[in-house]
Amino acid sequence: MTQSKEIKQIKLPAEYQAEEQKKSSNIDRRRFMNYTGWVGILGGLGVALLGFLRFLFPRVLFEPRTVFKAGSPNEYAVGAVDTRYLQSERVYIVRENNGFYALSGICTHLGCTPAWLSSENKFKCPCHGSGFKRSGINFEGPAPRPLERLKINLAEDGQLLIDKGKLFRQEKDEWDKPEAFLYL
Amino acid sequence: MRGLKEKFNLEQLKNNLINSQVWRSMFRHGYEDTPRNRVLMVVDNLWLHLHPTKIRRHAIRIRFTWCMGGITFLLFLYLTVTGVILMFYYRPVGEYAYADMKFLEFDAPFGMFMRNMHRWAAHAMVIAVWLHMLRVFMTGSYKQPREFNWVIGVLLLTVTLLLSFTGYLLPWDQLAMWAVTVGTNMARATPLLGSEGPFADFVGVTPRLDARSALLGGTIVGPPTLLRFYVLHCIVIPLIASVLMMVHFWRIRKDGGISGPL
Repeated sequence: MTQSKEIKQIKLPAEYQAEEQKKSSNIDRRRFMNYTGWVGILGGLGVALLGFLRFLFPRVLFEPRTVFKAGSPNEYAVGAVDTRYLQSERVYIVRENNGFYALSGICTHLGCTPAWLSSENKFKCPCHGSGFKRSGINFEGPAPRPLERLKINLAEDGQLLIDKGKLFRQEKDEWDKPEAFLYL
Repeated sequence: MRGLKEKFNLEQLKNNLINSQVWRSMFRHGYEDTPRNRVLMVVDNLWLHLHPTKIRRHAIRIRFTWCMGGITFLLFLYLTVTGVILMFYYRPVGEYAYADMKFLEFDAPFGMFMRNMHRWAAHAMVIAVWLHMLRVFMTGSYKQPREFNWVIGVLLLTVTLLLSFTGYLLPWDQLAMWAVTVGTNMARATPLLGSEGPFADFVGVTPRLDARSALLGGTIVGPPTLLRFYVLHCIVIPLIASVLMMVHFWRIRKDGGISGPL
């Protein structure tokens, strides 16, 4: 059952149409002014917003330096996970038979500091229970990836030099890079 | 005695006051108890005009609404007042913030009371907002024509949680530091805007220039973070919340008042 409804077309009187056409140039100008006005206002606000967003990122940060010297290599016992720079720098320094690597003490889950449990031979995060082997590989808990290793080499005076600003990630195959492990 | 009573005729004094130009300039309508006058008194008053001029009987049934929206708003007012009072002593500077919190706690008269009021009202507001949402959901009050106000309400819920989160850092103790460390680390995983989130390489965000560093004002939770969270907590988010609340309350009225039992 379809009921067709007739739609009545409303026709404007001829003279009214002519008048409209005369007016149309005026309306175009008004439309143009309206448009440019809004473009100006929104454009200005947009630029101000971009400026504010850039304002949120200062050019200089007053944060602790990322590079520190960690003493002479022969101060470290072979096979030990050293915690002497944990409190001040949040870095674990591990001495293996053939060299050193530095592990960041920042949990890859949500940034707490995993503790080294030497009896269990693992790092354990107190916040949500993530566990990492001494190599830094994650094996339990919510941490999604291994601890980061930090750039390590020798300073001119023979001390260990560690840069926390340069990270090496195992999942990106960066642990094989020369500065991620110091061969001695 | 009689003369005294004529001199201090309270009825006369009241009439003089109410009919004075000063009074009439503030309150246009008298107290005449007619439906029309009652409507006019509500509509012509800035503070009352959001209120409905009349409500249905069921709207004041506590077992239907739990009055959770009203309680939430009342708690917001508490938090505004106690928060402003705390601002008289608190300095959002790395060196001072923790000491000022202690000062408020132990040295400022009623400081501990104000701080506890602020803290408990904050906890209560989060709970009340959830219960309000639960009530609206369970009574089906989110349905047409109130679906837009439900969306405003979800935004208000988010804003409440953000207020709670930004306020958490301000005592500047270990709990605050680590809670915000954990919280802002989640921002790393923001799609497009987080340095470790999806499409980070495509957008080109770095740890120095991403959503997290915008929140922190740097790359670690430090004094710039404290100041930033303070401004967000005391000015930016309350303003957003106030605007949303105005819309929320106005829409309740425009959508036909508090919804009735189904």
